[in-house]
Amino acid sequence: MIAIIDYGVGNLYSLSHSLSFLGIENEITREEKAIEQADQVILPGVGAFGDARKRLQETGMDRLVLKKAAEGTPLLGICLGMQLLFEKSYEYGEHKGLSLIPGEICPLKDDLPGDLKVPHIGWNGLKFLRESPLTKYIQEGDSVYYVHSYYAKGVGDALIAVSEYGVEVPGLVQKGNVFGAQFHPEKSGPVGLKILKAFGEVGSC
Amino acid sequence: MIAKRIIPCLDVKNGRVVKGVNFQGIQDVADPVDMARYYNDIGADELVFYDITASHEGRGLFTDILKRTAAEVFIPLTVGGGINEVSDFERVLACGADKVSVNSGAIRNPSLIDRAARRYGDQCVVLSMDVKRVNGQFHIFAKGGREDTGIDALEWAYAGQERGAGELVVNSMDTDGVKKGFDLELLSEIAKRVSIPIIASGGAGCKEDFKALFESVPKVDAGLAASIFHRKEVPLPVLKKYLAEEKIPMRILREE
Repeated sequence: MIAIIDYGVGNLYSLSHSLSFLGIENEITREEKAIEQADQVILPGVGAFGDARKRLQETGMDRLVLKKAAEGTPLLGICLGMQLLFEKSYEYGEHKGLSLIPGEICPLKDDLPGDLKVPHIGWNGLKFLRESPLTKYIQEGDSVYYVHSYYAKGVGDALIAVSEYGVEVPGLVQKGNVFGAQFHPEKSGPVGLKILKAFGEVGSC
Repeated sequence: MIAKRIIPCLDVKNGRVVKGVNFQGIQDVADPVDMARYYNDIGADELVFYDITASHEGRGLFTDILKRTAAEVFIPLTVGGGINEVSDFERVLACGADKVSVNSGAIRNPSLIDRAARRYGDQCVVLSMDVKRVNGQFHIFAKGGREDTGIDALEWAYAGQERGAGELVVNSMDTDGVKKGFDLELLSEIAKRVSIPIIASGGAGCKEDFKALFESVPKVDAGLAASIFHRKEVPLPVLKKYLAEEKIPMRILREE
């Protein structure tokens, strides 16, 4: 069973339905017991980093997510959920993240050349940098759907795949059992479903 | 590189997809959930659902269709029609919409854009505008194109962006249904004034019209159409393949 962490941020309907569509058992939950027992955990999120971080703390979900990650349970952060996995974010101030993956979340607008628009919204192709269980069913060049104004910098070895948008935008990251997707796999058509399918097959380490 | 988006629009009335020509002569096409699934499978980049029902009963049918679509279609869904209050955002987002498009509701009360953007984020708020030339000026029309508001369209587009709209749908009533191409003049003028993504609507009749759109107005991000896709006069996969060959960045689904 995949536990989708519910901490009051964003609409989890599509994510849950995409997993159900794939035949993967899942539950949107903030119950400690359900999360403890989950085979995999997804940390979703839309909105601003500071608010989300605060809510994670208020609901006690940050402690549980860190515990599951330390136990070796596969964890996938999506969009803002991925950004929360990093050390720090500069969205409206300076906020500490969960520090599961090295790197910082910075505004795209400071680094984009020319008249590229922020948010980075729409379909963009993936370029692979290294192998990961998440990419086993997809191919380089496959497109995924992004909506974001901030991006991860200084990711180093955890970088799996990037999309080109004036800069190299980290699309997929992984450090051990901790995974992140900046784009929305649940909105990325057949390619996104293949990534979720692959995540559902990752075992604990 | 980011791809230009091709977006079929499904006008839904009493649970069925319909498409008017110049907003008149509505004709029944097909079941919305079937059509959404079809478009998902052939590579549409996004879907727009417009609820053109006025009745309470029709609204219920619409949200049911939305729920059923969102349970099996995993591309972005934008919903419009009858969005007058922040509570209307809530209603359609809870059914699985990703973005909500406002039109007459924002004309009546422009602060709807600000309030919705603050609550759900800019990316969620799409400002849709019906534009028609009146005495050499671009005017905003309300109520499905029936009422001239006298508002200048170029100023309205900019004001919408400043209030927090994340995208614009620009529908030209002058070219809508005529199938002689998008309104490049209007779109160029709007593109000069805003930096948010622009979705062009109204006038596409053949695949060359989309090429002309993306080449003449590079700041347009997406092309939207209805009947030419529904009736397969311009089959969507054929269009996308053609545009990719013409060096327009496109997302092409891999053959399985």
